[in-house]
Formats: sequence, C-alpha cells, structure tokens
Amino acid sequence: MSARARIGKRITFGIGLTLAFAYVFPFFLVFVNSLKLKPDILANPLSIPTHITWDNFQQALTKMNFFRSLTNSIIITVLSVSLLIIFSSMLAYYLSRTKIKLTKWIFLVLVASMIVPFQALMIPFMARFAPFVSLNNRGALIFFYIGFGTALSTFLYHGFISTIPTEIDEAASIDGASDMVAFWKIIFPMMRPITATVAIINALWIWNDFLLPRLVLTQDTQTLPLSTYLFYGQYSIEYGQAMAGLVLAVIPIVVFYLVLQKQFISGISQGAVK
Amino acid sequence: MPSARATKRFLKFALVPLAIFSMVLVVPFANGFYLTFTNWDGFESSKFVGFSNYTKSFQDPTFWATLRFTTLFVVVSLILVNVVAFGLALIVTSKLRSRNVLRTFFFVPNLIGGVILGVIWQFIFNSAITSLAKKYGWTLFEQSWLNDTNKAFWALIIVTVWQSSGYMMIVYITGLISIENDVLEASQIDGASPLRTLLSIKIPLMAQAFTIALFLTLRSGFMAYDVNVALTGGGPFRTTELISMHIFQDAFANGNFGTGQSKAVIMFLMVAGAALLQVSVSKRLEVQR
Repeated sequence: MSARARIGKRITFGIGLTLAFAYVFPFFLVFVNSLKLKPDILANPLSIPTHITWDNFQQALTKMNFFRSLTNSIIITVLSVSLLIIFSSMLAYYLSRTKIKLTKWIFLVLVASMIVPFQALMIPFMARFAPFVSLNNRGALIFFYIGFGTALSTFLYHGFISTIPTEIDEAASIDGASDMVAFWKIIFPMMRPITATVAIINALWIWNDFLLPRLVLTQDTQTLPLSTYLFYGQYSIEYGQAMAGLVLAVIPIVVFYLVLQKQFISGISQGAVK
Repeated sequence: MPSARATKRFLKFALVPLAIFSMVLVVPFANGFYLTFTNWDGFESSKFVGFSNYTKSFQDPTFWATLRFTTLFVVVSLILVNVVAFGLALIVTSKLRSRNVLRTFFFVPNLIGGVILGVIWQFIFNSAITSLAKKYGWTLFEQSWLNDTNKAFWALIIVTVWQSSGYMMIVYITGLISIENDVLEASQIDGASPLRTLLSIKIPLMAQAFTIALFLTLRSGFMAYDVNVALTGGGPFRTTELISMHIFQDAFANGNFGTGQSKAVIMFLMVAGAALLQVSVSKRLEVQR
C-alpha cells in the first residue's frame, strides 16, 4: 500500500471514529446520569458518577410501570407482525399468481396507498372507530397496524413470489395438494428471507410507533414509548429517575438488535431497495 | 364471468387482508376527503359547505407559519440527512477493518423511537449543555436552544439527521456494493483519482439508491411528528410546529375537526405532489444498465 493510501485510510478511520463517538454519546450521557444523584447531575452532567445509586432505576421501574408497558409492547408487536405476515403473504401470492385485470388494479391501489400519510386518515378514523376502540383498544390497535402494514408487506412479498417458478405450484396441485396446503407447505417456507425482512421492518415501526397508541390506548394498555414519554413529562425534574426511565426504554430494542444485527441490516437493505 | 374455483380462491387468500386494508385505509381516506366539504364537528355532518373549510384553513396565519416552517424543515433535513448518510456509507464501505463496528454504531439511533430520542435530546439541550456552558462560559449555549425559534429549528434538524442518517446509510451501502468491481478496476487502470471515480462512476451507477433515499427522507420529513412533540413540543409559542403536529393540535386539542381534516388533505396533496415530482426527476437522471 502506498504512503498516500495509508494516510487516507488513517484519516477515514479518524473521521469514522469521531462520528461513531458522536452517534452513541447521547446514550452514554443518559446512562451515566441515570446512576447519579440529582446534585451530581446538576454540578456536571459529563462527570463519571462518584457515588453510584440504583435507586433511580427502582423508582423508574415502578413509576412508569415498566413491566406492564413492556408486556403490552411485546404483545402488540408480536401479534401485529405475525398476522401481517400471514395475511400479506397470502394476499401477495393470490395477486401474483392470478393474472386478471382485478388483481392488477388491487396491486396498483396498494402501491398508491403507500404515499398516504397517516395524518390524512387519523381524524375520520378516530371519529368513525371511537366506539370500536373503546371496546378493546389493544385489539383495535392491532387491527389498525394490519391495515396500515398490508400495502408495504404485500408489495415486498409480491416481488419475491414472482421469482418463484409457477411449475412448483403446478407440481403440488398435480400431487393433489389444495391451494392452501401448497401455499403453506411449499411456497411459504421458500420465502423465509423476505419474511425476515417483512418482520423486521414492521416490528421496528410498530414497536416505536407513538401517534397511534397515543390516540387509542388507555393507561392499562400503554406501550413502552407512550409510558416513557408520559413518565418523562411527569418526572423530568427528577433528572436521575428520568434518565433511568430512558435507559430502561432503550435497552430491550438495543439488545434485540445486537443479537440479530445481520438480519436487521440485510432486512432493511432488502426492504429499501425493492 | 369468474369461475367458482377462482371466486373460492379469492375468498380464501385475499378477502380478509383486503377487507382490513379497506376499512383502515380506503374508507377513512375517502370519508375524510368527503367530510372536508361538510360542516362536520367530529360527530355529525349535516350540510355541504363547499370549500369553506379550506378557505378557513388558509386564513389561519399559524397554518401559514407551519407550512413555511415545514417546507424549510423538509428541504434542510432532506439535504443534510442524505449528505451525512452518503458520507457514512463511504466510510463503512472503505477498506477499514473497523467498518462493521462503525456501521453498528451509526445505525443505533434508528432503532429507537423518535419520542425517546426527542426527550434524550431535550435533556441534552435544556440541562446538559446549559450547565456546561455556564461552567465554561460558552455564550452560544447559555440559554437553551429550545427557547429560541431559530435555534430550536436547528435542534430539530440535528436530532433528525442523527436519527435518520443510519437508515439512509444502509440504502447507500446497498447501492455502493451493487457496483461491479471490474468497472472500478477499469477506472483505476485508466488513472482516475478516487474523487473522479466517485463523481463520474459510483454516483451515476448508484442513482437508484439516491431516488429511494430521497423519496424516503422527503416523506418522513413531511410526516415528522414524534421528535417534534418530544423535543420542542411546538414551543416557544407554537412557532416550531411541523404540519403533522399542527393538524393534531387543531383537531384533537382545539376540536376543529373540519379545518384539521382539510389541512390533512392539503398535507396529503403536498406529500404526493413533492414525491411524484422527486421520483420522476430522479428516474430521469438514473443511468440505464
């Protein structure tokens, strides 16, 4: 390697390192201060804690009802994503294998609907569905997520299914398998890579969504972003507790990401390019 | 006439998802459009009022301020997010040994919802920076940036760039690694400098990645809500409200469902118009391969 290239590499590394530091620094700051007492935070937010306290975490855990909101977030995300996978893969299979005018139109409407911002729907939505929402708001939220997620998920599956040769369907039907059996036993397992993409993209969106839960959910069914926001609003004067609450809110998804990092990155690049 | 078998197939595979999709998206969209032409108050709509909801919306000076603020936000965040994201993508596709670790770090803010990021930065701007500024005498930071409209704008931009650039970086990485190696070798043999290679070969060959990333940032810029609510809360004095928050306030805090929904329709037209324009321009610039 030439001397110039080596210097270039060093400079790139230096810039990269500085930026990486800048990207995680806010999290570091929150974490450090979550271990400190209030006067220490006020004196110098940058300092390493001299006296470590776990009391902030205890307070935050109970005050923001952490485990209840975590459970709510998990239930809502897992159910919505699973149902989205089932419904949109079936719809995409139908649309891509049935070549008639109707399916072409449905597909066009689905693609066009992706440009509609949620804000254009939320007002009529809340007015029309209010009684339904008050009956079972977690169920209602899952129902809404399925409706909103259908277009993108179906679109992703549609692109993948067109690469699976139709001979496979034909062979299955000659062997006597019904449509449903052929789809679930043969086609669906072949789509595992795109299923991973659909799962990750939808899970990230649903896990972090704020506007819809804010409109729909009550105190007992709050998700993690919602309860964190409300907790922070109430206790932001208690800096240490507020910071501990933020650490708790961030941990689950970051752990999940570090475990499944490869799937995250490839899932997102697949989803974006299609 | 469709055969019985085809109908059965439709019922089995497509009916449920299409029914949910229509109930959640198609019906409220059409309904919302219709309601803007009536005297709807959130519960009942008794008569047609023509365009009066739209004229009322445009007579509202805070709505004009929001439109200006939103447009500025969309343009500035679009440029900065993409410039930074492309830079990050270049760093993590270089020959550095640490590139995978760096990529992991750059992506982290993206995992976390805008509300949580917003309050983290609210703490940084309101408490952390101001207390350091007082200690070390940095006059620029002594007053919280969130108390001043212009500085709060830049605070919003900083957080948005920090949050979104990791995602767009992935889009650009996908574009950069899709370029065939022999093309790059050929340019190296011809003696092209790295900058020349970047400008004349890499960027034109990955134009599709730009189309996608610009589309996504345009859309998320118009729809930004979470960071806005959590970071500035629209303050000081509702001067930093982006359109999404403005609609929410108008409808759910002030109970103006008629004008709120017409503003939402206006927002839809802006997003759709800007996105169509952007995609058609970018598509024309893409190189056919």
